[in-house]
Amino acid sequence: MTADAAVPRRSAFGDARSWLRDRPIVPLLILLGLLVLVLQIVQPGIVTASWASSTLRFAVPLAILAACQTLTMLTGGIDLSVAVVASMASYVMATFVGDVGWLNASLIALVPAALVGLVNGIGIGLFRVHPLIMTISMSLIVSGAVNVYQRANIAGGTRVPPEIRELGGQTLFGFLPNSLVLFVPLAILVLLGLRGSGYGRLLYAVGDNEVAARLAGVRVGWVLVVLYVLSAVLAGIAGLIYAGVIGSATPRLVDPYLLPSVAAAVVGGTSIFGGRGGYAGSILGAIILTVLTTLLSVLDAPEPVRQILFGAIILAVAAAYTRITADS
Amino acid sequence: MSDLLLEANGVVKRYGSVVALRDASLAIRPGEIHALMGANGAGKSTLVKVLTGAVPPDGGDIVLKGERRRAHSPAEARRSGLVSVYQEPAIVPDLTVLENLALTETPVDAFRAQLEPLGIGRLDLRAMAGTLPLATLRVIDFARALAIEPDVLLLDEMTAALPADLTAGVIEAIKRFRGTDRSVIFISHRMLEVAGLCDRATVLRNGATVGVVDVTPGAADDIVSLMLGPGSDEPRAPGDPTAVTRTPMPSRVGDAPPRLAVQGVAAGRQLQDVSFDLHAGEVLGLVALEGQGQDELFEVLSGQRRPAAGELLVDGAPARFGHPADAIRAGIVLVPADRSAALLMQRPVAENVTLPRVARPSRWGPINPRRERAIVRRAIERLQIDTRAQSEVRRLSGGNQQKVTIARWLDAGVRTYLFYDPTRGIDIRTKREIYALTRELAEGGAAVLLFTSELDEIHRVCDRAIVIFGGRVVHELAAAAADEPTLLRAAHGLESRPAGSAA
Amino acid sequence: MTADSSRLERASARGAIARLIQSDVWTVALIVIFVALYVFTVLLRENYRLDALAIASLPVAFAAVGQAIVVISGGIDLSVGSVMALTNVIAAVLLESYPELAVPIVLLVLVIGLAIGTVNGALVVLSRVPDIVVTLAMLFVWAGAALLVLGTPGGGSVDWLNDAIKGGLVVDYLPMALVLLLVIVFAIWIPLRRSRLGLSIYAIGSDQLAAFRSGVDIARTKIAAYALTGLFASLGGLSLTASTGIGTPIPGPYLLLSVAAIVLGGVSLAGGRGGLLGPIVGIYILGLIRADLTFLGVEPAFSTVVQGVIMVAVVMIGAYLTLRRRRAT
Repeated sequence: MTADAAVPRRSAFGDARSWLRDRPIVPLLILLGLLVLVLQIVQPGIVTASWASSTLRFAVPLAILAACQTLTMLTGGIDLSVAVVASMASYVMATFVGDVGWLNASLIALVPAALVGLVNGIGIGLFRVHPLIMTISMSLIVSGAVNVYQRANIAGGTRVPPEIRELGGQTLFGFLPNSLVLFVPLAILVLLGLRGSGYGRLLYAVGDNEVAARLAGVRVGWVLVVLYVLSAVLAGIAGLIYAGVIGSATPRLVDPYLLPSVAAAVVGGTSIFGGRGGYAGSILGAIILTVLTTLLSVLDAPEPVRQILFGAIILAVAAAYTRITADS
Repeated sequence: MSDLLLEANGVVKRYGSVVALRDASLAIRPGEIHALMGANGAGKSTLVKVLTGAVPPDGGDIVLKGERRRAHSPAEARRSGLVSVYQEPAIVPDLTVLENLALTETPVDAFRAQLEPLGIGRLDLRAMAGTLPLATLRVIDFARALAIEPDVLLLDEMTAALPADLTAGVIEAIKRFRGTDRSVIFISHRMLEVAGLCDRATVLRNGATVGVVDVTPGAADDIVSLMLGPGSDEPRAPGDPTAVTRTPMPSRVGDAPPRLAVQGVAAGRQLQDVSFDLHAGEVLGLVALEGQGQDELFEVLSGQRRPAAGELLVDGAPARFGHPADAIRAGIVLVPADRSAALLMQRPVAENVTLPRVARPSRWGPINPRRERAIVRRAIERLQIDTRAQSEVRRLSGGNQQKVTIARWLDAGVRTYLFYDPTRGIDIRTKREIYALTRELAEGGAAVLLFTSELDEIHRVCDRAIVIFGGRVVHELAAAAADEPTLLRAAHGLESRPAGSAA
Repeated sequence: MTADSSRLERASARGAIARLIQSDVWTVALIVIFVALYVFTVLLRENYRLDALAIASLPVAFAAVGQAIVVISGGIDLSVGSVMALTNVIAAVLLESYPELAVPIVLLVLVIGLAIGTVNGALVVLSRVPDIVVTLAMLFVWAGAALLVLGTPGGGSVDWLNDAIKGGLVVDYLPMALVLLLVIVFAIWIPLRRSRLGLSIYAIGSDQLAAFRSGVDIARTKIAAYALTGLFASLGGLSLTASTGIGTPIPGPYLLLSVAAIVLGGVSLAGGRGGLLGPIVGIYILGLIRADLTFLGVEPAFSTVVQGVIMVAVVMIGAYLTLRRRRAT
């Protein structure tokens, strides 16, 4: 449609837009800075090292869940089972910890998570079920199954071991959350993997044009099976850390994080249609949402007002992105 | 009131910073069939969009029946008397034909009256549109446009890839506009058709109208030179602007098995029983009208579907492909006509070039950036891809996009190329480069199967040609003997001879 | 000539079969499944009556109908549960204060539903953000609004509204709630389906470019589809008020159930295909399965698992059949 001759000509504005599109991190950092500034103005003195530390502590599990959404959204999918999977992992860990120790219990907890991911992946990748439907249905199954397991386990009781509490809730040198020890390498792995590994490339390729990927010899179904297993295992890890942050584990522990995990990825600039976005934005998105939650509670906004503002902000950021990345 | 039916003056259209139309003008007299010509990217489709109200112009004015007017949507343009029919039919697949008529407020009886002369008299109006063949849908779209008796009927590549019998009906219907108070704007790449049908032609180049030509015998040369422009180093005559030098076909070594042997392959409803051999070092041309089974054949050969019957032998050994990855492993790759089926439009050139290299699970690990850069640079240099807009493939021109599609397979151990109409919608210069590359690949020992909808490509590029009609090979001939009349007759199922008799 | 016309004939024969499979057979199969399940239920509980199921299913059936319309138009509305909660509490608060104005209040709530849907649709169109993100954001907004209207469950209803959905029409086997549902849905849908707006809703879900070139106003049609979804969500909210007698500001699991029902009911998530009867039968089937499991002594948690497994099985089989059909042609 566009003219051959027209390709090289681009105005300064167009350049600025495409620069922004390739670097969504910059406006996100500005937005984060503004939010922190507003927070400091509203309640002078609140912004301290320990505040930052607690913000990060809450942001880490959200950022890991946002990784699940980022990876799946890059392929044009979505994983709405992450919250129940995370809750399940934390609960299963808490029931096993008395018998086998915290490390084994954590590893055991990731097994059912991976299985759920495998079923998701087979449904989505091999049977071509819509990701939204597949992961919603799996949420129903998993939450029901965890409830059944809870009934069977009433006598056993649950316990979040001190090691997990330390990982999720304690800090190093007074302000560096311990969970960063796990999160930083994980985040680096995801970031590098997306940019510089064959599999990362395939996620973008599948999301951009599945037919083309197939023609180039990509077995899309298997890429997706691996993806949803990966997503579920990440969700399980997030659940374990969150249990440490909160200090308890229940079958619905992580449920409230489901929609924020999608929101973090959207705010971070990943397109829900696939092929565009990255994890760095999602990490910032998770931090921004966490700061926003603090800000709203500092403002003493009642819960309903917080919800409304939360929704409005997601929409506004998403709309701003659409403006920046649209071609017209 | 002017004596012109439709007039467009100095139309300007910018997409962001991209100028698609600089100064486009058009004057349509009542009762004429007016061709709109231009190379790819000249601005034809943008002008069509402006005329039909699909996009608003940034400057210039449009006068219809003496009234200055600006349509804001196709519906508005339709109400004011300008109706267009696109290459991609404007028919909603999940509605029945009748519902599609209701959607566009088309009178059913007037529509029905058009069907018989257009050769689709037995159409079931309650059929779900999505279940009808594409060619039928395009004729339905055309009939629907006729039924509302528009003042100006705009046809965008109406006859492209339409079977001959349906084309005849469409051409007859267009001719009936001549001498009435209504007109047709006819957009086509086919010079012969334009010469035989149109009264005048407006030629666009680089977003501006560069000339209006009376279509008389010999006008084709003028139109071509207008389309090419004064700065062009192409020869003026339309006769042979794309010739490539060709060395004679290398003699086959001993009795090595063919690179690819196709034996009695059938698939779907169209592909009945096709057999042929494709040898290393040759370019085998394939000619067929729309829907003769060539789509299914290419899908089978490239591993996109399993054949219902028959066998493939690769270097003499039987091969079964369940996925394109299997075909690629056997060294067989497909270059489709539709670039959007092969490219990651939002991704950079480099990622598009290296995509096949990371497809296999054994390559899912880290990528060596230095090696990757070297591979990409080699491919870009070899194909002379214009990389000024390489951060997103969709910003490249069609020709450069097609080069990227081919570039990814070079140096990837590919020994058999399946080219499906690779030059469709590509400018003349890139076409010539692709022809040269095709020869180069064959001379380097690769086998190339080339389906083409442009018959002159057979004697330009190929060593041999086969013609498929009704899902079977009906003719095989050397490229030297493949003049257009012979090919056309065979493609229409005339003078059929048993396959392989000429081998 | 002959080749093409025979191709056409075959195509139209195929079209007739495809039409049958696409629309009717699946719905008929669903009804058969429903009847079988009903017989099974009566065998379990001799005195089982349909009206309890009909009353319990009424709100979610309206939600499913609304969801089906917007999905047919190629969108999705994740906020449907929140809109139901909001209209539910608005109705409950107003009815408690002004029981004598019940009829205008009901009409007002319907208008509010229509307006909320219009806002959703306008935001989708104007922001150019994907439907799923917009309605995800609006899910928070409308849920927050519901909490603003009513902080904790409360409010009231009026007797005639509560009674309107109770009991049976003429005979006990024809529950009032079901009759009401079908009458309201099809009084709106049947004239709409054949109108230009109805065709346009299918058209933009099926092929947006073709619809645009056919003269459909995409933006207006999309907004209309969301407005209709809002209307049906407010009907769902009103039936919540009628069946519970109060307003509850926390959205129930209606989003999941509505999506489950439309998938079961044969509406294509890709848009353009499906009807409204299928989703309604789908809701009843899901409800009967839950009832049966309860009667069989299965604990509620496990019946959630069964519901999920059924959903997965249905969509997997459906997806598998589509795959095979695509390969076969």
